[in-house]
Amino acid sequence: MDEFGMGSTTEGSAYQVTANPWDLSRVPGGSSGGSAAAVSAGQCMVSLGSDTGGSVRQPASFCGVVGLKPTYGRVSRYGLVAYASSLDVIGCFGTSVADAGILLHAISGHDKFDATSSKREVPDFASQFIARDNLDSKPLKGLRVGLIRETIEDGVDPEVTSSIRGAASHLEELGCTVTEVSLPSFSLGLPAYYILASSESSSNLSRYDGVRYGKQVVADELNSLYGESRAGGLGSEVKMRILMGTYALSAGYYDAYYKRAQQVRTLVRESFRAALDENDILISPAAPSAAYKIGEKKNDPLSMYAGDIMTVNVNLAGLPALVLPCGFVNSSSVALPVGIQMIGAAFEEEKLLKVGHIFEQTLQGCSFIPPLVSDESAC
Amino acid sequence: MALTFLRGIQINPSMLYPSSYFARKHGVLYCCMRSAQTQTATQEKEQTKLKVSTQSQPKAVDKYLKDYEAVIGIETHVQLSTLTKAFCSCPYNYGSPPNTSVCPVCMGLPGALPVLNSKVIECAVRVGLALNCKLSMNSKFDRKQYFYPDLPKGYQISQFDIPIATGGYLDVDLPLEYGGGHRKFGITRVHMEEDAGKLLHTDGGSYSQERTLSHLNIRMDIDFLGFLIQVDLNRAGVPLLEIVSEPDMRTGIEAAEYASELQRLVRYLGVSNGNMQEGSLRCDVNISVRPIGQLEFGTKVEIKNLNSFSSVSRAIDYEISRQVQLHSQGQVDQIVQETRLWEEGAQKTVTMRKKEGLADYRYFPEPDLPGVTLTEEYVDNIRESLPELPEDKRRRYEKMGLSMQDVLFLANDNNIADFFDTTIAGGADVKLAANWIMGDIAAYMKNEKVTINEIKLTPQELGELIASIKDGTISGKIGKEVITLRVMI
Repeated sequence: MDEFGMGSTTEGSAYQVTANPWDLSRVPGGSSGGSAAAVSAGQCMVSLGSDTGGSVRQPASFCGVVGLKPTYGRVSRYGLVAYASSLDVIGCFGTSVADAGILLHAISGHDKFDATSSKREVPDFASQFIARDNLDSKPLKGLRVGLIRETIEDGVDPEVTSSIRGAASHLEELGCTVTEVSLPSFSLGLPAYYILASSESSSNLSRYDGVRYGKQVVADELNSLYGESRAGGLGSEVKMRILMGTYALSAGYYDAYYKRAQQVRTLVRESFRAALDENDILISPAAPSAAYKIGEKKNDPLSMYAGDIMTVNVNLAGLPALVLPCGFVNSSSVALPVGIQMIGAAFEEEKLLKVGHIFEQTLQGCSFIPPLVSDESAC
Repeated sequence: MALTFLRGIQINPSMLYPSSYFARKHGVLYCCMRSAQTQTATQEKEQTKLKVSTQSQPKAVDKYLKDYEAVIGIETHVQLSTLTKAFCSCPYNYGSPPNTSVCPVCMGLPGALPVLNSKVIECAVRVGLALNCKLSMNSKFDRKQYFYPDLPKGYQISQFDIPIATGGYLDVDLPLEYGGGHRKFGITRVHMEEDAGKLLHTDGGSYSQERTLSHLNIRMDIDFLGFLIQVDLNRAGVPLLEIVSEPDMRTGIEAAEYASELQRLVRYLGVSNGNMQEGSLRCDVNISVRPIGQLEFGTKVEIKNLNSFSSVSRAIDYEISRQVQLHSQGQVDQIVQETRLWEEGAQKTVTMRKKEGLADYRYFPEPDLPGVTLTEEYVDNIRESLPELPEDKRRRYEKMGLSMQDVLFLANDNNIADFFDTTIAGGADVKLAANWIMGDIAAYMKNEKVTINEIKLTPQELGELIASIKDGTISGKIGKEVITLRVMI
């Protein structure tokens, strides 16, 4: 994983870069890329990841597995090394929606050690699942699905867009009504997310100061001890975000950055609420492209950040989202999986899992097992 | 013990000036371990009437003092005596061996989260109501960020722009030996926050090393090149109320009496032991001086390290003299915005650090804690449960016909006031009851260093005794002997 969850590729790991099981020269996504790659490669049944801005959903898409980001507060954050406290959620990876649902049930619920964890009852997600043989011809009849227009416009790989449109058609065949919806504040979410996440992380990571954690540098005075211990102990992406966040919270800049980003967050939340009043679920790609090459965006952080456009708004709104593989990008030498993101209203994981489970079972002719593990990957 | 929990911090001494350890940007830093004193003895000491020494004031300046006016405001930190800390379930007991009352939350370990102790809100509301403040029905916590080794998370959970209580006042009756009189001092705000830990450091074989190390029974190696600082996090996360006054005080006595009244108030309310020597009540004073008639304030100086009411008073009087002297010598530019330390031994204030511009604490709302919402019902319940407060008690005693001296003595300590109230509730003569308590009983308590709760005599017995003397059953002289016997046995 990327150090402290900061990154979209695992290239920011303090240890090793994880390879994508579909193509070892490509990134598995991130930050929780290792968890996704392990499930994809069949090294484990399910795994956990942390999703602050898409760190479960984007690697799920890149590795062709199911990734579930629960509602903020559904799962306790106690024990999770904090990145951005108001956005962090523990998420689940699995090779099927059912596995992800079973795992979510196991980890959900109120925790008295996390004041932000919800006291809402946790439904038995698995009881909603209907076996394929028992499905009628239009199992999702009447379900209103909104395709977020801003997520299939410029800057998105055309093959990704066509996969998502294909998935939308599949949902229509299952009985859903699919319409395009617009979330006008969608593009504002990305800068707002990076300001808020960096601000909170600059505070959360203050404890790694060399006094108790990290390599303590012997220094002449206290400021040097802090400065040199942190300079040597933290990775470059982490330091960049701490600096950005410190800047955004500084006197004179707080109103222009942190406060405005909070206002954008309110707008984002409201636009999702309006869209989810009109629709049962919203759909979008999980990432603007399939997995890219290791090193491709390493020296271009802005391009890497732009890849988070599909996912960060969901964290800002605190909503649940399910990513599941729905197709392939075939332009490169190997077929690479593409994931569809289904977004629900707060605490409606049950609905997402039910829809996802039906979608997954009725998707014809696709196997999302990477060639490394099996040769039956053609779609 | 500490070594098993916490790493020391090693700093090369060549560049280091020891006082820079004191240079934290927030609050008072207690570096030296204080000897454990019994609470009784400490309280006794604090209750001793203030003696203002004029010896430390430069004589030459006396004739100018009348031409200047000091403007004084006080920030007080009150440590709440809740059973557990503010955001975890660790207990706090002053004087426990280092790092024996810590957990992942108050040590700031990764993954640990704060959960608010609801008693902290209750204490804050009690104090807010008692200080006649307006309560914020919706407040929140914020993070105040700075680096210091006693602050394990790198931020302090505090309240910034929406404190739980604002805009109140405190009534104070000045002691008769300083001319008496009633004052009403404004309260700007009351907010909740967490305390920091303590640093223990060694500096080359000095008294403090031997003292702290042998006292704490810590086995440790000291790098011969450097200082070794150790961190004790027992106090980290202990709930505090910060109470900020308006700049309404003009003399050292007024400031000391304000602080003393706050102590009385928190003890009456049962929210804190208010003990200054243990750091349960800590005062930082802001003071400026201006020529009488001038509207704008002079340059403000902050004084820290005030460990008793008399040091509050003496430090202020010293500082007034110092600043007036500079004014009168035309050296007003020598008064700079700075933090000064009161040196008890030398009886003077010395520069601790000059202000390097305004510190930027980068406050932002604490995302780990939900907002604090009070309901009318909750506040009403607390309001109804408030005890009679010192000011009300004094006015009631005054109305009974007691002299101001009697009033101040009896209302000073809520235990003595309770003893007195119980005695007269049984029908005893008010003046006689006051005389016995302030006379023979107080003398006994002082000699034996005990509190009124520790003497054998009960208020009922005192009432019967007074009645017996009054109706002539026994003489006053016999009464005295009976009291002497009864308080002890």
